[in-house]
Amino acid sequence: MSDAERKPVRSIQTPMRLTYHYTAGIATSRFLHGIAEGRILGQRCPVCTKVYVPPRGSCPRCAVATEEEVHVSDRGTILTFAIVRVPSENLDVPLPFACVHVLLDGADVPFFSVVQGCPLDEVRIGMRVAAAWVEPDRLAPTLQSIRWFEPTGEPDVPFDQLREHL
Amino acid sequence: MAERCAVIGIGQTHHTARRDDVSIAGLVREAAERALADAGLDWGDIDAVVLGKAPDMFEGVMMPELYLADALGAAGKPLLRVHTAGSVGGSTAVVAANLIQAGLHERVLTVAFEKQSESNAMWALTVKTPLQSAVVAGAGGYFAPLIRSYMQRSGAPEDTGIRVALKDRSNANKNPYAHLREPDLSFETVANSPMLWDPIRFHETCPSSDGACALVLSSERAATGGAHPPAWIHATAMRSEPTQFAGQEKVNPRAGQECAQEVYAKAGITDPRREIDCAEIYVPFSWFEPMWLENLGFAPVGSGWKMTYEGATAPDGDLPVNMSGGVLSSNPIGASGMLRFAEAAMQVRGQAGAHQVDGARTALGHAYGGGSQFFSMWIVRSERP
Amino acid sequence: MREVAIVSFAQSRHARRDLRNEVEILLPVVQEAVQRSGVERPFDFTCSGSTDFLQGQPFAFVLALDAAGAWPPIAESHVEMDGAWALYEAWVKIQTGQAETALVYSFGKSSPGDLPEVLSRQLDPYVVAPLWPDSVSLAALQARAWLEKSGRSERDLAAVAARSRRDAKGNPHATVAGDFAIDDLLDAPYLASPLRKHDCAPISDGAAALVLVAGDRARQVCERPAWIRGIDHRADLHALGARDLTRSASTRIAGEKAGVARRPVDVAELHAPFTHQEYILREALGLAEDTQINPSGGALAANPMMVAGLIRIGEAARRIHDGSARRTVAHATSGPCLQQNLVCVLEGE
Ligand SMILES: [Zn+2]
Repeated sequence: MSDAERKPVRSIQTPMRLTYHYTAGIATSRFLHGIAEGRILGQRCPVCTKVYVPPRGSCPRCAVATEEEVHVSDRGTILTFAIVRVPSENLDVPLPFACVHVLLDGADVPFFSVVQGCPLDEVRIGMRVAAAWVEPDRLAPTLQSIRWFEPTGEPDVPFDQLREHL
Repeated sequence: MAERCAVIGIGQTHHTARRDDVSIAGLVREAAERALADAGLDWGDIDAVVLGKAPDMFEGVMMPELYLADALGAAGKPLLRVHTAGSVGGSTAVVAANLIQAGLHERVLTVAFEKQSESNAMWALTVKTPLQSAVVAGAGGYFAPLIRSYMQRSGAPEDTGIRVALKDRSNANKNPYAHLREPDLSFETVANSPMLWDPIRFHETCPSSDGACALVLSSERAATGGAHPPAWIHATAMRSEPTQFAGQEKVNPRAGQECAQEVYAKAGITDPRREIDCAEIYVPFSWFEPMWLENLGFAPVGSGWKMTYEGATAPDGDLPVNMSGGVLSSNPIGASGMLRFAEAAMQVRGQAGAHQVDGARTALGHAYGGGSQFFSMWIVRSERP
Repeated sequence: MREVAIVSFAQSRHARRDLRNEVEILLPVVQEAVQRSGVERPFDFTCSGSTDFLQGQPFAFVLALDAAGAWPPIAESHVEMDGAWALYEAWVKIQTGQAETALVYSFGKSSPGDLPEVLSRQLDPYVVAPLWPDSVSLAALQARAWLEKSGRSERDLAAVAARSRRDAKGNPHATVAGDFAIDDLLDAPYLASPLRKHDCAPISDGAAALVLVAGDRARQVCERPAWIRGIDHRADLHALGARDLTRSASTRIAGEKAGVARRPVDVAELHAPFTHQEYILREALGLAEDTQINPSGGALAANPMMVAGLIRIGEAARRIHDGSARRTVAHATSGPCLQQNLVCVLEGE
């Protein structure tokens, strides 16, 4: 058979499987153990005093290690959000859903999560929400222990008060 | 102190959803050979090769510069591989230019690529580990909340993004290499396209492309004699900031502002809107045009949308933006930044064909990456520095 | 060329498995290098080296920026290569006149994955990687070819391992160290003939950082700056069948360009993750018999991926800093069977 008669090879399948055993790191391990007890633990920067959650053991702003552990509320305010309507292989949540940045009371950086428990068109910047935990006997050192955030019914926080976090 | 550096060859592939007629090596060679031909050079004329691309997991090839050394004629030569997230195409060109400016080489080939069809970028961006919950759906899911912040803060009309998308896609119709070419696209089609990551609509989103871009950069000594005039690099700058920290300004990041200030200062530009003839900026979602216009100092904070609205960024406006159709029309991620830099150089060389801005002499190339935290920029001119 | 010196160097203790995240590993190392440098932040330029595939997550370098001190924003870049090439990029930046000082760091956490398997993803994705040849097997092909050609024996390989591990006893950062009899080493089974475990670098998690300063400012902040008198890097063809595996052409070119042979070399830190590669590199660089090789123990004592090359440069600089050597050579490698190589010549005054 001449080259002209052969069909070009346009695609081959070469499946790839690699197994990784992740380690969370020291700070995040403490945070995940807190989650397993139904508590949200942050870390405070010794220089700028801002509270990070989840903590990664350092303040990126000051480039110093963070050690002081602080309890952070499981309630907070929606800083901004998007309604996700496209599938993505690894997503944990059925579509559509509201992906939100929640500023937990007592924290200084937003926490990425999902809002459920109200129609999607009611999700708004400034809305107060609280974590919906799994049943106590199902708490585990994983973020899946927080199923989502849901509205608390408290009055909205005015936009002006959120400006410095946007 | 630094040697002068010029762009003397530019090449790119036709960008499309699936280039299954070529391997990864074939893709990068296609762009590189076009750049060499444009420069009137051959592989043997090249002193060093600098390769850029976004995360290796996009194609599943670890450090692909190793495998690509053969295709890029890099044996016996210095070979560098840059990765600065989405800004990488721009950063790669900056690193390559530095090799000339440092006086180390006469001619450097720099190439950036992405072959998204060989893997699944959405998967690679949303890798699920037991330590985090996967709630951010790819880049769209990450950037949509930032766009909503901008909308709320600026009070921009809701159709601003639609207008950007229409302009960029209509520019793409004049670019033979663009991935999306949609001559019949209307305001209604964009407005009625489905919300993917509300507030981002389908037609306000970049495509997923296979493609590559290549540049031949040269010293002043080696810059003359080609078929086209050189584009002189007057300034380059790169800036980074951490991903997330307390009090961070995500909509108008300081790293972007300072990068722009540095690149203007080095090029002697004091009034960018007046002194820059056209700009190719990295806009993967339509709303990033007004956001970056502010970040780049072309418009006061909160009013970038007015430039879009008034047509200032259209091909016949006072600051044409994304003449090539931009990232919104072609997005081979790793190459996207270099395509912006290349378009800026094509414009000042008068080489941009149907998307040429009349009389363009000074142009800005811009790229950003990560969570709006990595920036790279250059200013090119038709005149020697 | 502008005079540029390494004025400080720091590295982590390279454990087989470090439970800290990359920032937790990197932060104290960066802090130590910065503190020892005597240079105040901000640095004019920062450059790092790492690769995503070790951790199996994209953008590993992005979070690592948390440790770099990137606020206010910094001029920064990253290579998906060993940190030795990050140093090269920073050196180039200083040569352009755009920087006087630079921070260079790299990190690698290989422990989450199966490293030899992960490294097979570096190979041609269409015709070689689908066969999953692991890095140890490929090195064994090279070792066999080299043994046949050189007439050397597996005992010569074990001698390199024994010396490296013995020297590593003085290196508090090493993963593997101790006294081993060559005969005992040769009693071990093959991992991939002719290579045994001692012929292969250990798997290590770790990080390193150093500071570059140009000109007289280096003399002000450092008692004995380690001046970069030559630096060059070259690639070889990737296809293993297309090059002579028993030699390293790219190392030879880089060594010539860097000027290794211009004067005697007191100490050479060679990045040889497999014992036979040390012989190949010595020959390519034309090192004399009296040059001390890898007094740190080399990559055979600690091999954090993406860091081990930068560590060679740091160790070579350290000998200048402490006054124990006047001229040192450092080498870094990347890719299967020594595909890509960098050579750096350092001198005191
Ligand atoms: Zn702080």
